[in-house]
Amino acid sequence: MIRTEELLLNVGPQHPSTHGVFRIIVKLDGEIITEATPVMGYLHRGTEKLAENLNYTQIIPYTDRMDYVSAMTNNYVLCHAVEKLMGLEVPERAEFLRLIVMELQRIASHLVWWGTYLLDIGALSPFLFAFSDRETILNLFNELCGARLTYNYMRVGGVKWDAPEGWIDKVKNFVRHMHGKLDEYHALVTGNEIFLSRIKGIGKYDADTAIAYGLSGANLRCTGVKWDLRKNEPYCIYDRFEFDVPVGQNGDCYDRYMVRLEEIRQSLRILEQALEQFPEGGETMGKVPRVIRPPEGEIYVRIESPRGEIGCYIVSKGKAEPYRLKFRRPSFVNLQILPKLLIGENMTNLITILGGIDIVLGEVDC
Amino acid sequence: MSEEENKPGETKPEAAEPAEAASPRPAGEPPEGGAPAASERRPLTEEEKAARRQAAAERAAARAGAARGAASGGAAGDAGGPEAPPKPPSPNQPLLDRAVQLLREQIAEDAVVEAWINEPNDHLPTLVLKGEYWPQAARLFRDHAEFGCRYLRNMAGVDCETHMEVVYHLLNMDTGRNYCVKIRTDRDRPSVPSATPVWETANWNEREIYDLLGVDFPGHPDLRRIMMPDDWVGHPLRKDYVPLDPEV
Amino acid sequence: MELDLASVTPEETKQLERNVFIGTIEQLKGWVRSNSLWPLTFGLACCAIEMMTAGAPHYDLDRFGVMFRTSPRQADVMIVSGTVTKKMGPLLRRLYDQMPEPKWVIAMGSCATAGGPYVKSYSVIKGVDQIVPVDVYIPGCPPNPAALIYGINKLQEKIRYEAKTGKRVTDQ
Repeated sequence: MIRTEELLLNVGPQHPSTHGVFRIIVKLDGEIITEATPVMGYLHRGTEKLAENLNYTQIIPYTDRMDYVSAMTNNYVLCHAVEKLMGLEVPERAEFLRLIVMELQRIASHLVWWGTYLLDIGALSPFLFAFSDRETILNLFNELCGARLTYNYMRVGGVKWDAPEGWIDKVKNFVRHMHGKLDEYHALVTGNEIFLSRIKGIGKYDADTAIAYGLSGANLRCTGVKWDLRKNEPYCIYDRFEFDVPVGQNGDCYDRYMVRLEEIRQSLRILEQALEQFPEGGETMGKVPRVIRPPEGEIYVRIESPRGEIGCYIVSKGKAEPYRLKFRRPSFVNLQILPKLLIGENMTNLITILGGIDIVLGEVDC
Repeated sequence: MSEEENKPGETKPEAAEPAEAASPRPAGEPPEGGAPAASERRPLTEEEKAARRQAAAERAAARAGAARGAASGGAAGDAGGPEAPPKPPSPNQPLLDRAVQLLREQIAEDAVVEAWINEPNDHLPTLVLKGEYWPQAARLFRDHAEFGCRYLRNMAGVDCETHMEVVYHLLNMDTGRNYCVKIRTDRDRPSVPSATPVWETANWNEREIYDLLGVDFPGHPDLRRIMMPDDWVGHPLRKDYVPLDPEV
Repeated sequence: MELDLASVTPEETKQLERNVFIGTIEQLKGWVRSNSLWPLTFGLACCAIEMMTAGAPHYDLDRFGVMFRTSPRQADVMIVSGTVTKKMGPLLRRLYDQMPEPKWVIAMGSCATAGGPYVKSYSVIKGVDQIVPVDVYIPGCPPNPAALIYGINKLQEKIRYEAKTGKRVTDQ
């Protein structure tokens, strides 16, 4: 009888699976994982502490850098929180612009996820396709607000820049183009035998576990729970548009994959409707006082980011700076299920499961 | 003792102002120092403060007639201005009362310290509970048919200068009801019973609050630092934190 | 065999100018090293996404000979892209030490250069040059992929200059 010993393997903070600086200490028995301990904090930059000395408009660039793959949703959650606390109204055109950029951002974020997930699994080409399409979106954002990744676009009460001439037509072209591209991606990857055998049945959990662990986004919807904050607790002008919420059944990596790709299609649907109804003229900024000083109180708002429920909890003491600003980051909460999912799994599935949760380390560490 | 007003505890007269902020007026002017461009920065006298409050109350009462939606609450005026009519009760007030009643019956008579409705936040019923009853209360929130809050949305720690607070936001997914529970603990040796046995998602949240604020959570399976390196000294998010190596 | 330069025809001279290269071994080594820089994948934060985008289509880095290697033992240059925190600092130094000579470091983005927007934070190392010697600094938050390519080109020029003249670029 061969006696094997346990091996302690460090999947270190620098590793090629491009999710950032995240470390897992894995105890292996042969090739089966017996215990996994995640270690994070390698990107903890102290945003919440910094925010206590900055006024709200100055915090907006910091929100970009938290979840750097989907920066527009982060901008929105902070602006929405302050607007709600102060009772400000946002003009129609600004709401439309916000919705359009948030949905475009959702598509861009899911493309990054798709490209890097397949890169982790071993398929090297989809990464190039995904980033090529993402370049189109980033060019659109570049035209709109001058930045490719960290936009600093939304302000309390509206948005900073108006859409330039012809921008809306460019977005319409992109939506048309992306529909075809999405079919191409499905044809190339989703039916692939090797891919399916690597993805199906891996990392399963059921709905009760998901709710107990506080998962959100595609991680929750893959188990069959139909919970999407755009429909259940509508914000912005999402209640004016029709779209479906894709839901999985088994709660495994394959369902998460399909749910996210379907979400891209639904985002395209929302974009089509929004672009049709886009108002001709209008203000991009509401009536906001010169110094943004929310009244005393506290508020917790949440929106649906591509990763799940991102929330912003502000305790305000009536000053221009928040007393306490806390972000409820979806990646941080979603990652808690990782140690549980890995026990008993084969070592080769570690990266598959980690990639399927879709984390961004800037968000996990804040 | 449950209050309908916005934020008790701080008995400053400006506590009435959030009621106006909830009304749909576009400019969220603070009660004092609202002078545009703040050309005069001397402290206001009491009469001036009262005069401004009066003016603000009158403006709010005038706007209340054209307010959109009675559900926004608080639009009808505030308790500070004598001419404004009293506020209509919040639509979630029955929820709050029922919650307080259930907690009093099932846990203990003095389990609920305070309870109010947080109006700007979609009329969120907010309760402050006593720390020692929190494990039972958490189970009640999760399992009781009328609460059924199986989803812990958010857990935050706040360093108020006199005490520490841990805030929980709970959600019942089937009915869509939200509750907010706060536990207050003292600042020198803060300790809140852990909610991890009830909601698994509290695990890392509590570790983060322990790491950054120093709140101890007895009952937590593995309480150690999560964000800072293991040999870090101090709890960075505290208001009196002094970094040891600012020049690096 | 005698080399008689007088009998070389003009056509042959032209061919010689194009195809024969006279220089030192150091210059040859510099040319070779600069045109096949293999960076270590060291993406930390938002700049990592721009680094990935620089490796993707539109801003292809492969045409410069730049291939991302995942192991420090096989890498020439470390592109520090993103914020370096105090928890990550010792590991960064360890990875730098594991890289074989000759090695270079590019500090990409303002966080790696000097702390960036997080310069007042309690847990951020304000500039990676406190830990490793940096050759090229690329400002930006995050820098455009074109800026990253410009930075890599600058590093290539630096390698060639230092190989040709034997002097440090900073002595100019």
